[in-house]
Amino acid sequence: MTTAREDILAGIRRALRRGPVPAEAVSGLVDRIAAHRRNLIPARAAGLDRAARIDLFVAMAEEVQTTVARVAATEAIPAEVARYLAAENLPAELVMAPDPGLAAIPWEGRPLLTIRRGRAEPGDAVSLTPCLAGIAETGTLMLVSGAQTPTTLNFLPDTHIVVVRAGQVVASYEDGWDLVRARSAGSEDAWPRTINLITGPSRTGDIEQRIQLGAHGPRRLHIVLVDEPKAGNGPPAG
Amino acid sequence: MEPTSHLFPANVRAGLADPVLQRALGLARTGFPLRRQQAIERLPEFEDLREEGRRIKDHTLAHLDFYLELYEKNVVASGGTVHWARTAEEAREAVLGICRSVGARIVTKGKSMVAEEIALNEHLEKNGITPVETDLGEYIIQLRHEPPSHIIAPAIHLMKEQVADAFRAAHTELDPERALVDPRALCDEARTVLRPQFLAADVGITGANFLVAETGSSIIVTNEGNGDLTQTLPRVHIVVASLEKIVPTLEDAATLLRLLARSATGQEFSSYTTLSTGPRRPGDLDGPDQYHVVLLDNGRTALLGGEFQDMLRCLRCAACLNHCPVYAAVGGHAYGWVYPGPMGAVLTPALVGLHEAGHLPNASTFCGRCESVCPVKIPLPKMMRSWREREFAQRMSPVAYRSGVRLWAWVAMRPALYHPMVEMKARLLGWLGKTHGRFRSMPLAGGWTLGRDMPAPEGRSFHSLWAERRRARGPR
Repeated sequence: MTTAREDILAGIRRALRRGPVPAEAVSGLVDRIAAHRRNLIPARAAGLDRAARIDLFVAMAEEVQTTVARVAATEAIPAEVARYLAAENLPAELVMAPDPGLAAIPWEGRPLLTIRRGRAEPGDAVSLTPCLAGIAETGTLMLVSGAQTPTTLNFLPDTHIVVVRAGQVVASYEDGWDLVRARSAGSEDAWPRTINLITGPSRTGDIEQRIQLGAHGPRRLHIVLVDEPKAGNGPPAG
Repeated sequence: MEPTSHLFPANVRAGLADPVLQRALGLARTGFPLRRQQAIERLPEFEDLREEGRRIKDHTLAHLDFYLELYEKNVVASGGTVHWARTAEEAREAVLGICRSVGARIVTKGKSMVAEEIALNEHLEKNGITPVETDLGEYIIQLRHEPPSHIIAPAIHLMKEQVADAFRAAHTELDPERALVDPRALCDEARTVLRPQFLAADVGITGANFLVAETGSSIIVTNEGNGDLTQTLPRVHIVVASLEKIVPTLEDAATLLRLLARSATGQEFSSYTTLSTGPRRPGDLDGPDQYHVVLLDNGRTALLGGEFQDMLRCLRCAACLNHCPVYAAVGGHAYGWVYPGPMGAVLTPALVGLHEAGHLPNASTFCGRCESVCPVKIPLPKMMRSWREREFAQRMSPVAYRSGVRLWAWVAMRPALYHPMVEMKARLLGWLGKTHGRFRSMPLAGGWTLGRDMPAPEGRSFHSLWAERRRARGPR
C-alpha cells in the first residue's frame, strides 16, 4: 500500500506528464532559492534617503492608527513611556521583553514605573518590546520571537509599546527578510519560531464592515521612535 | 460540510427574497470595491505585480513536487511534522490523531477555509473535542450553526441585530438586560468571552495563506490577532493547508502579500502577517511545543496540467466575490458549499463534482469583472465556459436547453438561413416594442423575463446595417 505522500507526489508527476524534476532542472531551482532574487519592489519606499524613509514609515504607521512619538535619544524613552501611559489613562505598570537593549535604558529615573520582565500573562495591560525592523513601505513593524522576545507580549496585553531605532527603519519586506537571515546565519537555533509583521492595532470589520479596533489583539499600538543612530544595527542608510 | 449546490436555483430565490440578506449585501457591494480601488490607485506598480504574482504561482505549480519535498524537509529540520492527506477524511483523521495524542479537550481555531472544506468542526465535536472559532465572523456563524457566506468575511450576510440575538442566546451567563446595540459592544463582548478560551485551549488550529519552501514556514494574514493567540498560547499548533499554497522563497511571498491585502480588503497591509517555523526553540518563553502541518490535496493535483490548473493560483482574496453581480445579488449561501462567487463556481465543480455543482458555472453573466480584479489573473469566465462545455458534452444539461442550443447552432452555421431569420426577428421585435422600448415577458423565455425586462431591438440586425454601410462607402 502506498502512502499519501507517495500518492500525491506521483499524482503531481502524472498530471504534469513527467517524472521527478530532472537533475539539471533541480540545480536551477536550487539556485533560484539560494539567490533570493527580489521581484519587483514598489518605488514608494525603495528610492528614499534615510530621513525620507523614516518619515514615510511614520506616515504609513499613523495612517493605520499606530501612534508614534519621536524622541532624540535612548535617555528620553522612559519619560515618553510614562507620558504615554498617563495620557491614555493607563496604569504606570508594564511587562517588558527581557531584552538587553531595553534593559540598558535608564529606567531608574522613573521609579514610579513598575516594570516586570518576561512573557505576557493574562492580567498584563501594557507591554514594551523591541523590534527587528520598521518597514517604511506600509508602516509595518517586524518582530521576531526568541528567549529575549516572547511573542505573547505582542498580542495578549491591551496596549503594545514598541521601541524602534531610526537605524532599524528599512524600505521593504525584502530588507526585513535579509535582516532575519543575517541574524540567523551561523547560529544554533537559527531561524525564529515566529516572525510578526505588525501594521497597526488589532481590528475587525466582521460586523457590517464597520472597523473596530482591538478585536483580540492590542487595542493600541504605540511606537517610540529613537532618532539617534545605533551602530551596527540596521541596514546602511540611503 | 455536505454540498447543497444542486439546490442553487431554490437557494437563489430564497436569497433574493430575504430582506436582511439584501440589506447586508448592499453594504458589501459598495464597500469592498471602493476600498480596493483606492488602494491600487496608490500603488502604480499594481498591474506589474499582478503579472509577477501570476508568474510566481505558475512557476511553483510547474515544479510543485520539488517545492513540496523541499518544504517538508525544512519543516522537519525546524522540528515540525508534515502530514500528507489525499482526502478530506485523511486530513480530519490526522488532526484528530494529533488532538488525541495530547489529550486535547478544547481546540481554538483561526479562520481556515480548508478546515471548512474538510468539515473539521463536526468531526472534532463528534469525537468529544470542543472546537472554538475565534475569528469574530467565524465565531458568529459557529454560534448560529451555519456555514460562512464569504471567504474573508464569513458573517457578511448578517446585520448587527442578528449578531446580538446570537450572542444573547449563547452568552447566558451575562446580564440579559445589557445593551448590545452597536458593533463596538458586540466586538467587546466577543473579546471578553473568547479570551479565557484562548488560555484554556490545548491545541490551536490555523490555516495558511502561504507555505514557504525555502524556510519551511507557514504564513497567516489576519486583522484581529485571533490567529496569533490561537497559535501561540496552546501546547500544540496545527496548520491545515492545501498544497497549492506553497511558494518558493520569502521574496515570492512578499510579492504575493503586496497583492493580497489590497485585493481583499483594500488595506495597504493587513494588521498581522505572521510566519511560523517549527515549534518553540530551546530557551523561548512561549510558543507551542509541537508544530504540525496537515497538507491537503483533496482533488487539487488532478487539476494540474489541464484546463483548470490556473485555478490553483488562487490566493483566496475574495476580490472576485466582491466584484461579482451574481454574488452581490444572492450572497454566498446560495452556492451551497464552502467557496462561493466566481472562484467557487470554478473550484466547487472540481472538488465536489459537476453533478453536484453544475449550476454554479452557469450562474454568470460573463461580465468579466472577476478576471479583471483577480490579483493573479485567473481566467475565471473562460473556466466557467469550460465547465459548461463539459456539462454539455456529458449530456448533463436539461433536454430542452440542449436541443435549443443544437437548433441554434444548426441555423447559425448556415448564414444564408441565419441572416434573413435574424433580420426578420429584429424587425418584428422592433416593431412590436416600438411603444415601450422593452418587453415585460417573452414567449419561450418566461424564466429569463421573470427577473428583468427584454430591451426591444432597434429593428435592424447588425449584419444588415453593416452590409448597408459597406455599400454606402462604395468599393475601395
